[in-house]
Amino acid sequence: MPELDLTALQSLLEEHASQGRTALLPVLHAAQAIYGYLPEPVAAEVGRGLNVPLADVYGVIEFYALFHAQPAGKTTIHVCTDPACAMAGSDELFEWMSRRASQDGAAGEVTVERAPCLGLCDFAPAVMIQEAQRGHVAVDPTTVLTESIGEKPHGVIGGDLSLLTGNCGKGRPTSLAEYETGGGYQTLRKVLQMPPEAVIAEVKASGLVGRGGAAFPTGLKLEGAARAVGEIKYVVCNGDEAEPGTFKDRVLLEEDPHRVIEGLIISAYAIGAQKGYIFIRGEYPWAYKVMTSAVAESRTAGYLGDNILGSGFNLEIELRKGAGAYICGEETALFEAIEGKRGFPRVKPPFPTTHGLFGMPTVINNVETLSNIPLILMQGANHYRQIGTEKSPGPKLFCVSGDVARPGLYEVPFGVTIRHLLIDLAGGVRHGRALKAILFGGAAGAFATAKDLDVRLSFEDLRNAGLPLGSGVVTVFDETRDLRDTLLRLTRFFANESCGKCYPCQLGTQRQYEILQRVAAGEAQAEDADRLTDVGWTMTDASLCGLGQTAASAVLSALRLWPDLFKG
Amino acid sequence: MPEPLTITINDQTITVQPGGTILKAAAEVGISIPTICFHDFCTANALCRICVVEVEGARTLAPACVTQVAEGMKIHTQTDRVRRARRSILEMLNASVDLSDAPEIQEMMHEYGANPDRFPGAATHKQPVIDDNPMYVRDYSKCILCWRCVQVCAKDAQYTYAINFEGRGFETRIGTFFDHPLPETSCVFCGQCVGVCPTGALKPKRQWLLEQGLSADEIVQTTRSERRRKFRGTLRGESPSVPGETQTKVSGGQP
Repeated sequence: MPELDLTALQSLLEEHASQGRTALLPVLHAAQAIYGYLPEPVAAEVGRGLNVPLADVYGVIEFYALFHAQPAGKTTIHVCTDPACAMAGSDELFEWMSRRASQDGAAGEVTVERAPCLGLCDFAPAVMIQEAQRGHVAVDPTTVLTESIGEKPHGVIGGDLSLLTGNCGKGRPTSLAEYETGGGYQTLRKVLQMPPEAVIAEVKASGLVGRGGAAFPTGLKLEGAARAVGEIKYVVCNGDEAEPGTFKDRVLLEEDPHRVIEGLIISAYAIGAQKGYIFIRGEYPWAYKVMTSAVAESRTAGYLGDNILGSGFNLEIELRKGAGAYICGEETALFEAIEGKRGFPRVKPPFPTTHGLFGMPTVINNVETLSNIPLILMQGANHYRQIGTEKSPGPKLFCVSGDVARPGLYEVPFGVTIRHLLIDLAGGVRHGRALKAILFGGAAGAFATAKDLDVRLSFEDLRNAGLPLGSGVVTVFDETRDLRDTLLRLTRFFANESCGKCYPCQLGTQRQYEILQRVAAGEAQAEDADRLTDVGWTMTDASLCGLGQTAASAVLSALRLWPDLFKG
Repeated sequence: MPEPLTITINDQTITVQPGGTILKAAAEVGISIPTICFHDFCTANALCRICVVEVEGARTLAPACVTQVAEGMKIHTQTDRVRRARRSILEMLNASVDLSDAPEIQEMMHEYGANPDRFPGAATHKQPVIDDNPMYVRDYSKCILCWRCVQVCAKDAQYTYAINFEGRGFETRIGTFFDHPLPETSCVFCGQCVGVCPTGALKPKRQWLLEQGLSADEIVQTTRSERRRKFRGTLRGESPSVPGETQTKVSGGQP
């Protein structure tokens, strides 16, 4: 290896040295952009510059899928091979691209990798070429692999409401001026005149619960962190959306960034936080760019910084980019990533509201949850509660993809039926085929069938039907689909994404994937259903975090619905 | 003095001081809860989940090693759910890891009726033994990822930070910076990691050589010459470890 010129890295490190370990992921991203990968001398220099033990630096590089310790091609193509893209032919696409890459360029110029869900399910099959997200990519022997193949995905918006998505669907970000024209940041002005307790009371009264999957009451989180002892407090926007089938947060971040920022500023004011972080998954480079410029716009306009709008309230927001780890959507694993560590989820309790980021009281919310906050405070909780059902108030975004006539992002009030969403709005199963199954809640979800079409989409109705709302994923499978292939992909996803911390998930996701490989090949053994049941319930009951606790959910629901699938 | 708490464990009502864990409270009344990763002098991380118990009203099982007792808590340590979780964890672990040097875990397998052949064809962690220094060998085919070695190398004891994790999920391994031999790392050969390893994955070199069938004299010869080389190398201002000289990679490593 020729001697590496570390000059560029050293000036990067000087800039970040005072931050210490929390700068590790940003510096590794920047270093990889300079050198193409993270060779040993670079990793060692980073460790010295940020005062992080070398073994820990290597541990972090090894944890995150987007960091490479070994040389990679100049161009990396990520091909999504999770269910929605697989149904649109991503396996063939992957094979073609791999062949094409070896034909076109010098060996090692282009690396083609299978990727977990890229959050572009409404544009399946999707790929990411370096930082270019491309959808509806077709196998075409006459095409060269460039960043302009396929289409640039944008928000395809539908539904009965446009409260959260009113500014989306333009195929470009909503500018600050446009956002303000529509009443944007007026809510912040109003909120800054209110005592923080009144802001929290309003969010509590609204009945808003988290939209990332766990459905914890947002007002209680705010109240807990506001009451927690501590001078330093944080707010965090969880934009690490990576549940297969989910793309709602991507659309909100890319097309209506200021609504998310306004929600975060209001949350910070409510709990007395001086610093906020927006953490966006590494596979959403466009969302990261849009949010970066939106935060800068917001600061220039005086909505961020010192003495915001003359209120005496100060807030800075820093953006962070993930590096390829689904587990970092788990709130405490996300904190670890911001702190410059491997994304291991922490044991809870203690909870983030008292011991969160850097051990300080923290409120962390999903992107869609934050987008609801300006809406609630603009109209008041009573008005907000007129949308949806009594127990599930508000609007809800659903990510509809798979074998459906019009895949897209649908905003509806809680309480409409699955039939209304799938048939009236999304146009029903495409090609006139019959419905076989609907996967609710993504990889961590469960299957529904045609008999569930009249179930209402609310937390209470779905719970009664044994279906999770999760992050609002609705993936549709027609009668021709082999669900064993889908289950194989879901179990592979979890085996790849388990962090490895607790035994049930570290071992269970692997055992589950191994058995599904037999099942999908038609070679199931007589005991495999029993094995899957024990592995599944052990993960569900005994895993440390939400990933392991839901990693068997889809398999267990398929075992109940279609036991014959698991017979050899 | 804070008010004591009243809890029940397996229908036995007891009074305990607040601030303790279920594991400790149970031990005080003679109820034994199995543990694997837990160590009295290491930070408890609730990794192995063998100590899970059922707490009435909780959605999932609770790890007894870190769950604090609370007033009125009703705990069951041997329900069907608990036993299934323990048995399955042991079966899955046994399918991947060489537990031949872990008699306590084998005993647990017996107690929970774990079938050692439950997962035929399962991927294992089998890998070559790493013999790169005169003090101890690393046989990660036996590693159960209890994290104790990484913890004592860091904040739990030594603040040396020579080892950390590689990979993730089922592919997680313990390793050094870019897999350097230990003498080229910050390792000070304090032996803390060997002392806390529960499964023989880390073993003193002499013990390992003895198990390989070397006589006491041969062992003294081998380790003495290794150390002499190391010492001379250091005196000459060279790297203490010269690949091919002090490293004797042995594959397999089964005694």
